[in-house]
Amino acid sequence: MSIPPPTPPTNGWRTWIGILLVPVLAIFTALVIGAIIIVATGADVISAYGGLFMGAIGSPRAIAYTLVEATPYIFGGLAVLIGFRAGLFNIGVEGQIAVGSMCAAVVGAFVTLPPGLHAIVAFVAGALGGALWGAIPGWLRARTGAHEVITTIMFNYIAIRSTDYLIKVPFLDKASSSQRTPFIAEGAQIPFLFGADNRLHTGFLIAIVAVIATAWILKRTIIGFEIRTTGANPDAAHYAGMNVPRTIILTMALSGLMAGMAGASQVLGLEHNLKASFSAGYGFDSIAIALLAASNPLGVIPAAIFWGALRNGAGLMQLNSGISINLINIVQALVIAFVAADQIVRQIYRIRSARSAGITLSRGWGR
Amino acid sequence: MQHFFTRERIIGLIGIITALALLWLVQQSVPNGAISTLRIPYANGKPQDAPLFDIPLPTAFTIYVLAGLLVVAAIGLIWRQRADLAPAYMGGVIAVVIVSILLTAIVNNRTDIVDMLGRMVRLATPIALGALAGILCERSGVVNIAIEGTMLFSACIGFIVSLSVGNSWIGLIAAILAGSAIVMVHAVLSLYYKTDQIISGTVINILAVGVTGYLRTSVILPMEAGGNRGAALPQFDIPLLSNIPVIGPMLFQHRPITYMMLMMVPLVSLMLFRTPWGLRTRAIGEHPRAADTMGINVNRMRYFNVWISGMIAGLAGAWFSLEASYNFDDVMTNGRGFIALAAMIFGNWTPFGALSGALLFSAADALQIKIQGFDFALPSQFVQMLPYVITVVVLAGVIGRARPPAAVGKPYEP
Repeated sequence: MSIPPPTPPTNGWRTWIGILLVPVLAIFTALVIGAIIIVATGADVISAYGGLFMGAIGSPRAIAYTLVEATPYIFGGLAVLIGFRAGLFNIGVEGQIAVGSMCAAVVGAFVTLPPGLHAIVAFVAGALGGALWGAIPGWLRARTGAHEVITTIMFNYIAIRSTDYLIKVPFLDKASSSQRTPFIAEGAQIPFLFGADNRLHTGFLIAIVAVIATAWILKRTIIGFEIRTTGANPDAAHYAGMNVPRTIILTMALSGLMAGMAGASQVLGLEHNLKASFSAGYGFDSIAIALLAASNPLGVIPAAIFWGALRNGAGLMQLNSGISINLINIVQALVIAFVAADQIVRQIYRIRSARSAGITLSRGWGR
Repeated sequence: MQHFFTRERIIGLIGIITALALLWLVQQSVPNGAISTLRIPYANGKPQDAPLFDIPLPTAFTIYVLAGLLVVAAIGLIWRQRADLAPAYMGGVIAVVIVSILLTAIVNNRTDIVDMLGRMVRLATPIALGALAGILCERSGVVNIAIEGTMLFSACIGFIVSLSVGNSWIGLIAAILAGSAIVMVHAVLSLYYKTDQIISGTVINILAVGVTGYLRTSVILPMEAGGNRGAALPQFDIPLLSNIPVIGPMLFQHRPITYMMLMMVPLVSLMLFRTPWGLRTRAIGEHPRAADTMGINVNRMRYFNVWISGMIAGLAGAWFSLEASYNFDDVMTNGRGFIALAAMIFGNWTPFGALSGALLFSAADALQIKIQGFDFALPSQFVQMLPYVITVVVLAGVIGRARPPAAVGKPYEP
């Protein structure tokens, strides 16, 4: 099974090494293969990876930019992770982010409210928009058995087409030449932490809070227990008297809520408007982060920061060595492959296999 | 209340709501006494030639009749709750929606309907081939959501090879080989390493986006800058048959991959239900333990089937870059691999059923292309959305009746 079981709280450094070994080696192996590709194209590995490193964490500003890049990935990783814990595979983060950012942008720009309160209302609107967009496939799964893997992907396309229309027609900023919504009111912005210069905004702190909240919900609340039980064995959950369909809908809503917050924090904290074709590729990356985090909410933070660092450093890498930014996509895909199929990494590095009691996603298409 | 709203009744209600929505559409955008003309031309007629015949339809009245039929059938469905007819009814609802939108779009104008039917068959090609690939995998007990990634990857490789040798036939072979190669990653991950099959499929989908994006910027664009070599696969008209009106343009005036799709659907159906190989494939998908006891090597057969499905998906990928256009764009498959899986489910894991599902989706696509030239009330984004909405509706409506192979998604350990 690919998704490692959530690890119980442990003491002792050996367990921590056991948890970290596979992701770290997966990243290492992917970077080695990336280096081979760089050499094969005739470029210089040192200048490429040096540029990647310096661009990602070479200066305080680079670090701040990395954290800015990491923020939506933290939310997105949480969204996928919450689904995983209930045995649901939410590939719809992309669409939920689109809907969330649309709601936040509209409330931020077209509603008049006192400053501060405006930001909160806009943020909540974005989060709820994402939650609703996630809950519909959840409802379809729970009531009709339509598999969320396909429905969430279809909802991505529907969301992207709909927001494209909404941005270009009803909510277009007619004063601007580019296709985007008007700037949100100043009172609707969530503030920058250290000034607008390094762009690090409060969304990052909200993301950290969301991580802690998710860990708490999953571990300490009744709904968290129901989510975990449904993920481990839906029949057992049903037999124990839990309302499995309701848990599925709620999980997908919670998952969409996280994705919606990703969109809201991007719009309210960073962009301050919504452009057509915004948020490209967050959906798949979020899956990667949830896998890299090994289904542990706290693991999402380092995984997302690593992802943000790769994205942020890619520009300088391209500048230094002429290697296409898309190389980063390959490295990231390899990281996912090695984390998902951890046996490959274990086999390469001769690590003993861990106990396998993961969550099964491929239960077939029906109920 | 829970007991009243059975699946069939909900589908019936959806049909009634759809009929009402169509009436609203007519009220909004069809002037009184308007006529929509469907033109049936001669098989090889030019647009300016006299047609075989024109079918003038009173727009509003026709849509009223279609909507009325939907309502009558819906009442029947709600009354008798014929579960076996529900998928057919849903197909009917979708077909009526597509026809109504077409008639509304071409109001007081005429359009070549045969042209649209031909395009429907062409656009069904990647979906039907993808669905065949899915059927081969799933019948043997392997979930393959990597079809999208396989198609994208082989579209890219096929185009690169075709550009470099200047021959799209060699590109086609390269695409098939590329598909069969990348799908083996899925086979090894899911059969040898026993990775969750949905995860390993997703890995391939993500890998394909990354690799093809990289190849496009660092290989294809420089090659294209040095001059475009080769051309898309040529169209072949089958002699005599292509001259039959309606049927000729629909089935016998196509390019190679579309013909291959039309031949492979009956072929796979025959193989699956009439040969020992097909029986074994179905056996290991339903009850691998029993099949193993009978001396079938379960995992070897699964590898083989996944490999063949990769070839078919590769063929589907070649359709995008070598047949429909001579070009490669980032993520040009646009979710067709996932729609193929929906078509497979709609067709209850049978090749002909999957083809009918594929035609349902491609009809929406063909409609969208058809009405681009006409002034239509609905924004283009919403018409583009239609195939995806149909996929969701089909999945939600059909899946309760659909029965997947019993052992699908479960690794087999002898």
